Amino acid sequence: MVLSGWFIALLSVAYLGLLFAVARFGDARADAGKSIISANVYALSLAVYCTSWTFYGSVGRATSGGLSFLTIYLGPTLMLLFVGVIIKMIRISKAQRITSIADFIASRYGKSQLLAGMVTIIAVIGVVPYIALQLKAMAASVDVLLEHSGRSGVWLGLDSTFLIAVILALFSILFGTRHLDATERHEGMVAAVAFESVVKLIAFMAVGLFVTYGMFGGLGDLFQRAAATADLGRLLQLDSSRAGTWTALIVLSGLAIVFLPRQFQIVVVENVDESHVKRAVWLFPLYLLLINIFVLPLALGGLLHFDGQGMNSDTFVLTLPLARGAESLALLAFIGGLSAATGMVIVETIALSTMVCNDLVMPWLLRSAWLQARHHQDLSGVLIGIRRVAIALIVLLGYIYFRAAGEAYALVGIGLISFAAVAQFAPAMFGGMYWKQGTRAGAVAGLSAGFVVWLYTLLLPSFAKSGWISSGFVEQGLFGIPWLKAQVLFGLGGMDEISHCLWWSMLANIGCYILVSLSSRPDAVEASQAERFVDVFRFDRRSAEARLWRGKASLGALVRLLERFLGAGRAQQQLALYARSRGVGDWHQLPVDAEFVHFAEAELAGAIGSASARVMVASVAEEEDLGLDEVLDILDEATQVRAYSRELETKQQALEAATSELREANERLREVDRMKDDFISTVTHELRTPLTSIRALSEMLHEDPRIDLTNRRRFLGIIVNETERLTRLINQILDMAKLESGQAEWTTGDVDIGAIARETMGSLEQLFCEKGVALEGDIPPTGPVVLADSDRLTQVLINLLSNAVKFVPAQTGRVHVRVGVDGNMVRVEVSDNGPGLTAEECDLIFEKFRQGGNTLTDKPQGTGLGLPISRQIIEYFGGKLWVESHPGEGANFIFTVPLPASEE
Amino acid sequence: MTKKILIVDDEPNIVISLEFLMKKEGFEVAVAVDGEEALAKVDSFRPDLVLLDVMMPKKSGFEVCEALRADPEKAGLLVVMLTAKGRETEVAKGLAIGADAYVTKPFSTKDLVVKVKGMLGTA
Repeated sequence: MVLSGWFIALLSVAYLGLLFAVARFGDARADAGKSIISANVYALSLAVYCTSWTFYGSVGRATSGGLSFLTIYLGPTLMLLFVGVIIKMIRISKAQRITSIADFIASRYGKSQLLAGMVTIIAVIGVVPYIALQLKAMAASVDVLLEHSGRSGVWLGLDSTFLIAVILALFSILFGTRHLDATERHEGMVAAVAFESVVKLIAFMAVGLFVTYGMFGGLGDLFQRAAATADLGRLLQLDSSRAGTWTALIVLSGLAIVFLPRQFQIVVVENVDESHVKRAVWLFPLYLLLINIFVLPLALGGLLHFDGQGMNSDTFVLTLPLARGAESLALLAFIGGLSAATGMVIVETIALSTMVCNDLVMPWLLRSAWLQARHHQDLSGVLIGIRRVAIALIVLLGYIYFRAAGEAYALVGIGLISFAAVAQFAPAMFGGMYWKQGTRAGAVAGLSAGFVVWLYTLLLPSFAKSGWISSGFVEQGLFGIPWLKAQVLFGLGGMDEISHCLWWSMLANIGCYILVSLSSRPDAVEASQAERFVDVFRFDRRSAEARLWRGKASLGALVRLLERFLGAGRAQQQLALYARSRGVGDWHQLPVDAEFVHFAEAELAGAIGSASARVMVASVAEEEDLGLDEVLDILDEATQVRAYSRELETKQQALEAATSELREANERLREVDRMKDDFISTVTHELRTPLTSIRALSEMLHEDPRIDLTNRRRFLGIIVNETERLTRLINQILDMAKLESGQAEWTTGDVDIGAIARETMGSLEQLFCEKGVALEGDIPPTGPVVLADSDRLTQVLINLLSNAVKFVPAQTGRVHVRVGVDGNMVRVEVSDNGPGLTAEECDLIFEKFRQGGNTLTDKPQGTGLGLPISRQIIEYFGGKLWVESHPGEGANFIFTVPLPASEE
Repeated sequence: MTKKILIVDDEPNIVISLEFLMKKEGFEVAVAVDGEEALAKVDSFRPDLVLLDVMMPKKSGFEVCEALRADPEKAGLLVVMLTAKGRETEVAKGLAIGADAYVTKPFSTKDLVVKVKGMLGTA
């Protein structure tokens, strides 16, 4: 393999061509309405976070800082867990046609051109060195490949880094400025970025696998060898003294995943579907985990392999494969690094160019005489031109910074310095989303304070370390005042520079933001924007928008404005779409009301940012100034209506709950009523049955004196029996009613259960003898004494014994009574060798009028109330009555009565 | 020709009294004590009229009546339901599933005889 400069250049261009094809495909599909941006593509595109600084630099960081490189990935993972925050950001951005993070902050605080400009400047200052870092990484990787084949990196007098910068700028221009409307997403670019994410992951893992398993004997071998070396063993340990640094890095990287301009572009502006965020919550951290698995093995492998050769640890990803002659793998790694760099540069420059164009150039342009002179000219081409120039300039700035800085500290440490810069957006962003009292003055104060502190404690010291400026302010303090030492501000020492900067800049930023916000009053636009942002999920757009704008505008003027900035074709297209959404066939017939003005302003905001759009609309419409008080009144009213409807909702819910409670109570009453009805119906049946025989037989006896004596006797016998049955039934029903209503009379005293059992058995002896059933007892001579009513206990025993004798077979039947003590309960069992009961019957027989023996041909004698009454009695004494039985195995009726406490 | 009556009830004493009553009036009588036996006896004994209790083990009077009415061969069979549950709904249900008459227990023997004879056309 020949690793010539031409070959590498050809390969790079071919790869970039492939990317471009992916992007064209994505754009073509988007134009055809068949978007390829799925939840997976979205999640992968977030990996634009992993730049070449991480692709090459993670390994370098791991060689010195051990596991601390992980913080850069832990932060984003944690941040993504706040799905609600990100979804709210996306919802606001869609509603407000937000084009960039500068636009977001400016729009929230009254569409302020000042704020938009400030955010843009901070972003450019913070991020240009970061772009330089990408160029440096690319240059370093090309150098490694060329050095390997002994060639030089200069063609035609131009160095390779410059060529790379030019190619990247061209690509960014081709990718990003095809469309003007920045909220109209760059789907092709997102697709290409997702593709690059896959490539860099594969490349990095391939090198990781090669080094771990090809050059060493697997992870175990690597870690063992490293642990055996004193220097390397230290890398494997968590250093608890650096906990503060870890926290700072996690916070910074967590904020960076949303607030870096390119991340805001991908996470918020390019999002096509809020639900995609939910996929990214786990897929993106998974990606980060995979790309980090081999960082430490590569770092250790490099240190072990090049021990003492002073090899640059930032290029281990390339030099390790090359050391083993694996040139194709090194090329793959190079392509991976190229992916990481191009992805970052393309998205970052597109995001920054939008900001520069909308928030720096446009405000100036709108005031310039040049624009005034070309009043009717289509400006959409001019806008695209501005953005293209901005992209080229930003990349060029990056290149110049790279050239100037070289190996200086100001470049090496820039990744985290950039993170700390964009972290300054956090208070204004989060405050703007959740705190209506936050004002423009507060945001300006907070941002300025945070930025100045960042400049003084982080960026300028890094210049000083590079030797560009005097380091006096770092070592002695500004004007020789020790309190002002840049990195030991107010004597706060013992921290690393990043934590130090984060602490002071955030203190200044948040403090100023809150204090100034509380002591300033918002203007009308600010107040209404605060409402739209903070209450984005409940803001009633149609009704509120209509009342928040009052004035006169002509359709022609607004349409001309749209055509100027969007281009005629696109303006017509959007107008037609909007007309359809309002149910108007031809947009010429659209009423020029507040809603239409709002539509026009939003469309313009999508092209030139909300602040410039506001200025442009105001310039063509005769607007009536709504005073702050009036706006607050309108918003207040909206809030009151909302509060009122919430109250109504709560009341409605309470009412519904009450209704359902009533319904349940009614249901229960009806159930009780039905049970009572059933009971009466059953009692009626039980009473009428014996009455039927009595009436029929006595009528016959009465009317027919010729009935012979035998039948007369038989019939009279039946009448007597049925009368007895009737009496018994009535007594038991009354007894049951008394027990149930708690009106039964009880004569409670000490009762010897053994004696009761013996007496009852004696009194029923005759009944058992008649049927030839054996009755046995297993009763202690002086039985246990309980506190109960002896008559009632006798009643229970008689019931159980007469049931038993009723169901056992004549002659062979056996009934056994057992009295004993089980724990603190007296236990009495009456077992028989009758037909037994099914499990279902074991429960059933304790219900009223549900007799056992339904399968017997002859109807059992009894009322069906004996067992329910017995159970009531036993439960009254605090015991239990139940039956244990299986079909064919006899039944064992058991009841327990608690022993008095003193007996224990 | 002597008319045949099938008495179906699970209360032995009621069976005794009905059997005696109907025999005295000159009918040929058979007895069944549950629903299943009743259906069997209808086939073997071929009665002209069934005195059918509602609350019985195995098959209720309603079920027996439904089974009888489902058989077109037994279209001419007269069914008199006897019930000790006097609720209106029970009466309506009995008549709805095809019983010819409904008598509430306890009944007057005289009225029952008049009703049965009237239905069989032997008065």
